[in-house]
Amino acid sequence: MTEATRAEICVAACAEAWRGDGAVLASPMGLIPSLGARLARLTFAPDLLLTDGEAYLLDRDQAVEGWLPYRAVFTMVAAGRRHVMMGASQLDRFGNQNISCIGDWARPKAQLLGVRGGPGNTINHPTSYWVPRHSRRVFVPAVDMVSGVGYDRAASLTPAQRRFHQLRVVVTNLAVLDFQTPDHGMRLRSVHPGVTVDEVIEATGFPLAIPAGVACTRQPTPAELALIRDRLDPDTSRDREVP
Amino acid sequence: MTVRTPDEIVAELRSGMTIGIGGWGSRRKPMALVRAILRSSLTDLEIVSYAGPDLGLLLAAGRVRKVVTGFASLDSIPLEPHFRQARQNATIRLMELDEGMLQLGLQAAAHRLPFLPVRAGLGSDVMRVNPELRTVRSPYPDGEELVAMPALRLDAALVHLNRADEQGNAQYLGPDPYFDDLFCLAADRAYVSAEEIVPTGGLLGTGPAQSLLINRAMVHGVAHTPRGAHFTSCVPDYPRDEAFQAGYAAAAASPQAWAEFQDRFLSGDEAAYQKAVQQFHDERTAAPA
Repeated sequence: MTEATRAEICVAACAEAWRGDGAVLASPMGLIPSLGARLARLTFAPDLLLTDGEAYLLDRDQAVEGWLPYRAVFTMVAAGRRHVMMGASQLDRFGNQNISCIGDWARPKAQLLGVRGGPGNTINHPTSYWVPRHSRRVFVPAVDMVSGVGYDRAASLTPAQRRFHQLRVVVTNLAVLDFQTPDHGMRLRSVHPGVTVDEVIEATGFPLAIPAGVACTRQPTPAELALIRDRLDPDTSRDREVP
Repeated sequence: MTVRTPDEIVAELRSGMTIGIGGWGSRRKPMALVRAILRSSLTDLEIVSYAGPDLGLLLAAGRVRKVVTGFASLDSIPLEPHFRQARQNATIRLMELDEGMLQLGLQAAAHRLPFLPVRAGLGSDVMRVNPELRTVRSPYPDGEELVAMPALRLDAALVHLNRADEQGNAQYLGPDPYFDDLFCLAADRAYVSAEEIVPTGGLLGTGPAQSLLINRAMVHGVAHTPRGAHFTSCVPDYPRDEAFQAGYAAAAASPQAWAEFQDRFLSGDEAAYQKAVQQFHDERTAAPA
């Protein structure tokens, strides 16, 4: 079997986000997180629930195992039985995320999606992020509109208000990052094979916590690679998201 | 209740009203009713919607004063182009909410409550850009402070379902009811358009009792609008018209292209619209590959 591509490294790194979550709704936004969630369920996280992108829950053999229209998704969000991996147009050091607009909210330079479910997701249940192009455009000192709540904003709330807030990991095309620092500032957890720590620092618009001896993101196992290539994404769509 | 035309329904609406629109993004939107608004003189509207091209068409026609939403998307095309332009030119007011807050606001209105408490919004800039939002403290020993999502009371609601009877009982046959029942109950007057009007006794012939989302106590008017959700999806009757939607989005990119789109598709009545759509597809089929 040929060596894993960068996209395949990213799929396995996204899958790791859901390790140990048990029977919760995994809500991946974007292709590589979707492949990651399905890979996790086929391997080390068999209890995860996944939708067809509309209103049905599909089991690992793609059989319908449940019904989850938007109203039920919102209830799962409020109940905390979910771990979402969202995208981010901007992300800051404390994990504040923006998918709403760029520039002044009153008259944005670029209107994007809107906050969507970002505020409710982040205040209610575990959240991770996927950034297919790690750059200073995305990793900014301060986001223009806080859609998903970061750790500094959560710290300004009462303990009761923030008790379900938890940012897990940020997976990018270069690295895996987390918030496991005393002040919950973003930390470099691992660099993907072939990426240097300096490249990640250079592509990030704020100071990252850099532990001594940054790890290398793990390689997918041969079994995982076979699942990605033969079962989950035989058309290699993943290479279009991360060339 | 008698079945009415979209134009007769729109004649009951007034400029300045707050109007809720059912469906989600580019899915099962009451587009024939929206097109009827475009043919009317209604303006200065406040639109509450999980927004898609319903909002886009009204914005492009300059009928909107304010929008209440969490997003505006065409689903297969992520961003609604007219919403982007309206925001970037600051031609509308916006109440930007988390999707779950919008649901709670409709539910509060449906239940005739002033607000409902919700955790969503805390810590986010939704609180900054909507300075009118308040929090409320639990009166119980936990004392937790939550967002008091105000009721989003609607003057009127417009929804599109697969089947309805003449009395206003209505049935969805796709995978998701969205929030159409909440929109209806949050509104002083609710109007349902449907792909087919069937005898009441025939409703259970097309779907289970659980698919009867809307009952006649929620509804003030019914319209028969075949392909009335076009170009959004109305499964299982038809999927989203992706080719047409792509043309819509492309036309929005320039004033001249949009004028041509309007002239071709939106200058006549609903029958003329549906005919022009058919011609659009006939020409595509006839065009050399």
